Amino acid sequence: MTALAALIQRDIKIALRVGGGALIGVLFFLTVVVLMPFAVGPDLALLTRLGPAILWLGALLASLLTLDRLFMADHEDGSLDLIVMSRTPLELACAAKALAHWLAAGLPLIIAAPVLGLLLNLDAASTSAVALTLLAGTPALTFTGMIGAALSVTLHRGGLLLAVLVLPLSIPVLIFGVAASQAAISGPLSFGTPFSILCALSLVSFVIGPIAAAASLRHGLD
Amino acid sequence: MGWTDYRFDADQLSLRRDETKQATLPAATAAIITDNMTLIDLANPTRFLTLTARLLPWLAALTAILLLAGLYQSAVAPDDYQQGATVKIMFIHVPNAWLSMFVWGVMSLAALGTLVWRHPLADVAAKAAAPIGAAFTFLALVTGSLWGRPMWGTYWEWDARLTSVLILFLMYLGLIALWRAVEDPARAARAAAILTLVGAINLPIIKFSVDWWNTLHQPASVIRLGGPTLDRAFLIPLLVMAAAFSLLFATLHLAAMRNEILRRRVRALQMIQARQRPA
Repeated sequence: MTALAALIQRDIKIALRVGGGALIGVLFFLTVVVLMPFAVGPDLALLTRLGPAILWLGALLASLLTLDRLFMADHEDGSLDLIVMSRTPLELACAAKALAHWLAAGLPLIIAAPVLGLLLNLDAASTSAVALTLLAGTPALTFTGMIGAALSVTLHRGGLLLAVLVLPLSIPVLIFGVAASQAAISGPLSFGTPFSILCALSLVSFVIGPIAAAASLRHGLD
Repeated sequence: MGWTDYRFDADQLSLRRDETKQATLPAATAAIITDNMTLIDLANPTRFLTLTARLLPWLAALTAILLLAGLYQSAVAPDDYQQGATVKIMFIHVPNAWLSMFVWGVMSLAALGTLVWRHPLADVAAKAAAPIGAAFTFLALVTGSLWGRPMWGTYWEWDARLTSVLILFLMYLGLIALWRAVEDPARAARAAAILTLVGAINLPIIKFSVDWWNTLHQPASVIRLGGPTLDRAFLIPLLVMAAAFSLLFATLHLAAMRNEILRRRVRALQMIQARQRPA
């Protein structure tokens, strides 16, 4: 347990200090959201309607952007080999790394979302609904994205291949995340149904993500 | 001719060919080979090639016969009282849609073969199946969209089943991209196997999407509890077409596996040659 706690602490420290680059995700999130009014026009009514979708898309792309650092830095300096060989189960180590990554890169996105909601003319209720769905949904993005990160580190290919592999897996999260936000704001559907499915997706990814990532690290590194 | 006859012929052939090299085959090995031909015996690529070389013409002929019979039956099938002649798109659309999921199932089994049993031909099977599966999925999407235009009034609708099949198509393309991005086939095979198994979660979602969510796409009418609701006049041509498409897949898959094995041999020879050439 202490080994995992140490791993989480170390990863968060590395991510937040100089050269970590976790907060670049927030900057990217801001830039994507600012780009949208230029693309669809500064029509406030339209932006209000599209707001949850824009925030979700921005958060998805921002979390994708930081994903390839998840294992790559450890692979470059050799500590990934130590993690793989250590006595701690690799699945738990992967889960710990993903949790640390989510705390360092995912949580700032959720904190930034209400501020960005102001730019998109969302009222307080809608903003909190979007932030709540992001809180429930972004762990699923990190934990499924970890599979792609593990695959790309074993293949020595990052970038576009990672995006191509991870984006299809994140579609269900996007669908139910936006559906839950829309339901809370305007929709005829109840908020609970899509929100529970979103939570279920996150829970499933907590199991599948670490197992698949550990399997691909074990089979891929040699 | 049954399966055993082929097996016998193939063994005879391979034994005859290898006579010069290994004239004294240990008796125990010979007994295993002739007693039960398991999947492991197929691990020898040479034996696989000889077996499929004999099997393929028969499979191709059977596929052609069934496909012609199915097409004829579909052509003479009565029009639907509601949908008119457009119902005949079903005979192409439904087998393609079934196969699109079946091929991913085959790839998942092959992925288990790669990761668990380390079967040497499993990754060949997985790699050869991906483009074929992508083609079936693409055809299912295209025929479905052509059927949707007269029936639903739109080529595309973001409903649960259409969306999940589209995701399946994207995952096929991602898998092909993964295979093509990595030079070393063994390394690519393990990565692709893990991605295939993760993607297999999509299969039950596709199958049950029309039951879980109330959508435009009609619910299951053939494979369901309580028997099919489809009329016999439509059901029989549909099943013949489904059998024909399954055989088509088997034929194409075996041929693609042969090509892949030969391609790897050529690559290995080229590597040896390149190494031997003086710098």
